[in-house]
Amino acid sequence: MATVGRALLILALVVAIYGVLASLYGARRGRPEWVVSGRRSVYAVAALCTGAFGILEFAFLRSDFQFATVASHSSTTTPTFYKAAAAWSSQEGSLMLWVWLLSLWSSLVLFLTRRSLRRVAPYATAVLLGFAAFFAALLIFLETPFGLNAVVPAEGNGLNPLLRHPSMMIHPPMLYSGYTLFAIPFAFAVGALITRQVGAADWIRATRRFALAAWFFLGIGILLGARWSYAELGWGGYWAWDPVENASLLPWLTGTAFLHSIMIQEKRGMLKIWNVSLVLATGILSILGTFLVRSGILDSIHAFGASTLGVPFVIFIAILIAGSIGLVVWRREQLRSENRLDSLLSREAIFLMNNLVLVAMAFVVFWGTFWPLIAEALTGNRRALGPPWFDRYTVPLTLVLVLLSGIGPVIAWRRATASNARRNFLLPTAMALTLGVVLALSGAAGRPLALAMFVVGGFVVASVGQEFWRGVVVRRAMTGESPPGALVSLVARNRRRYGGYLVHVGMAVLFIGVAASTAFNDARDIRLVTGSTTKVGDYAFTYREPTSKISVTSNGRLEKITLGAVMQVRKNGRLVSTLRPSRSYFPSRDDSLGPLGRFFEGEATSEIGLKAGLRGDLWAAMTPDKNALLPQIEEGDRVFAAAAGKLTPQVEAQLLGQALRGIAKSYVANPPPATFRLITSPLVTWIWLGAIIVFLGALIAIWPGGGDRVRQRTQARYAARVAKDLGRPARGPKVAAASRSAAGGDART
Amino acid sequence: MDPIALLVILAVIVAVAAVVSAPLRHRREDTRDERGDRLEELEARKEAKYREIRDAEMDFKTGKLSEEDHKLLDRQLRAEAMEVLRAIDEESQ
Repeated sequence: MATVGRALLILALVVAIYGVLASLYGARRGRPEWVVSGRRSVYAVAALCTGAFGILEFAFLRSDFQFATVASHSSTTTPTFYKAAAAWSSQEGSLMLWVWLLSLWSSLVLFLTRRSLRRVAPYATAVLLGFAAFFAALLIFLETPFGLNAVVPAEGNGLNPLLRHPSMMIHPPMLYSGYTLFAIPFAFAVGALITRQVGAADWIRATRRFALAAWFFLGIGILLGARWSYAELGWGGYWAWDPVENASLLPWLTGTAFLHSIMIQEKRGMLKIWNVSLVLATGILSILGTFLVRSGILDSIHAFGASTLGVPFVIFIAILIAGSIGLVVWRREQLRSENRLDSLLSREAIFLMNNLVLVAMAFVVFWGTFWPLIAEALTGNRRALGPPWFDRYTVPLTLVLVLLSGIGPVIAWRRATASNARRNFLLPTAMALTLGVVLALSGAAGRPLALAMFVVGGFVVASVGQEFWRGVVVRRAMTGESPPGALVSLVARNRRRYGGYLVHVGMAVLFIGVAASTAFNDARDIRLVTGSTTKVGDYAFTYREPTSKISVTSNGRLEKITLGAVMQVRKNGRLVSTLRPSRSYFPSRDDSLGPLGRFFEGEATSEIGLKAGLRGDLWAAMTPDKNALLPQIEEGDRVFAAAAGKLTPQVEAQLLGQALRGIAKSYVANPPPATFRLITSPLVTWIWLGAIIVFLGALIAIWPGGGDRVRQRTQARYAARVAKDLGRPARGPKVAAASRSAAGGDART
Repeated sequence: MDPIALLVILAVIVAVAAVVSAPLRHRREDTRDERGDRLEELEARKEAKYREIRDAEMDFKTGKLSEEDHKLLDRQLRAEAMEVLRAIDEESQ
């Protein structure tokens, strides 16, 4: 099977290179048959990558340790759910996932545009196949997923325990879907630049939904990573400005800017240089994100690093940057704006400001992330910038961004008058300020930045709420629908607008959660003995009793030893929750350690105790004092060493189990003090709820279907009106019907 | 090498070659031309312009534009849409 997998990858590389050449030849010589052949190469690469990825997944699912990557990242005892995900926990498996997803999305977009974008699509095909060829080459020459073990081990190393979390099953495919989907607008932008079509509306229309899908998937990936960090890493936070987190945030920020500013180009033919630069930067940042997580050039908790990929990635990124800059400079004449901004009091102006803020944030994140490399180059010392540095710049920028997301929906395109602006801002501003005063009087005044976020967040919710309310009133006045019916049809008739508004509300809710949980949390690191109590905020945490557990896998192997605590939490003397934090120890495969010592020197994971609620979370992590167990562990290891060679493996395993159970029992009987990290944090759940609202809004905006029919009907009406102005007969049955309707004065929205 | 694996690889190579080379073996004239491209672009512009008219109408009905501003803007947008329609007519003839 490995031979077939490797052959499929080699074939994919050959076909990708052929496809690049065929597409370029067909485009330059005006030979459509070569262009079609190039497009079919993309379909073929997708089929070949699907086959190769399928073989790899199959090897993981059947624990085929002949495959070196399976042996080092999975085991027979890894649950099936995680065996499937183990493929992308490896360097080579994740690169395989990247190229597979890229080939699928590329096939989809080229299939959808097969009858359009005649000039742009061949160059886009060449770019997409160029990407595929690069990653296929990495998989063939540097990081093959089909490498074989000379001696097949009886058991694999297993999946890194930290990755045994449901989010990790979905997080990488979501991130990589985002990265690879951003390659699509990048490729079409390159095609549009080469063919001087960058001002055209058709390539934007064809790829906008892919850009939105990229933003959607990347956002889900980022949020799942944050959730994993909160629930699995044992430090109590969801965002640490880690380089790999930042790497995924960079294209998301520039992608967000692009999704807004491209509307100005569509409507007004403005900002062409800006837009094309944003989309090219987003594509390159997506590759950079993959590079950071895979190269290990920056220290990160996501320690997947392998330096072999550094040089090819750097060369590839350098080519992309140089090519992009060259193309933009080469085509600067075609990138001139067709119009100017009519007024600073317009939605275009707000979008422009939003873009500047987003790009400034991206610059801050980029600078902070790469500072260790910059500092090393300048001073010889590698120094990382911590969260306070990032917060100093990103917090005020986020405040402005959230405020703008509330202003945008209530301001008109082109030009808004002061009197209309007053009318539209009055209610949301009054509500936000009232909220601010109430919260300031309730004790939030001590945290001015958090208070400001609550006020601007409230403003966003109120302004968008006002928009929905007015829209429903208009719909009801026209159609007489019930309020829920009017709301549904309002959204259905303009999914992009109202889906976008919902995204703004979700972001406001999310940032209110972030502001509250960072400004008003109480955290304490403390050593406690059983029966003792400590106060964290308004809550009293009592270490009631220790716990221990030995976990055995389905084939009878000792998997881990878990030492934990039962923690009772009281508020004003009333029991509000019982938390059960624990720490699990997985055996090391280092044979130089004793059989018992191995269990405490391998990977360890924190299982947190969490009581989540709308008002706040109670969070606890614990670390038992291993040193107190050392005498027993060392004594046990000495006994096993003395008996070495005298015991059969079965007897040794049996005795090892007994010894571990003895240690676990003694831990419970005579518990040493344990170290706890205890946090009470308000509104953390709002972050996850906000994210759900964001993704719901994005789904509404992306979802294909009925909206197109509504759009066609609406457009037919406008076509009829314009045709009437032109003094010519309406064309087509829909337009003719709409023309009769328009003549009767019925131009509904 | 395992003979079955070899057969599978050969079959895949043949299938891929057949799929990718089919357009070169069965040449068909491309029915699209420069005019088609231009029309496609104009259609996209027309759609964008109609969307702009609809947005302006919604902005008026939800109170973001005064009646006077809306009339002015609507007239301007319809004039722009007419330009696009005229261009479509010219390309279609």
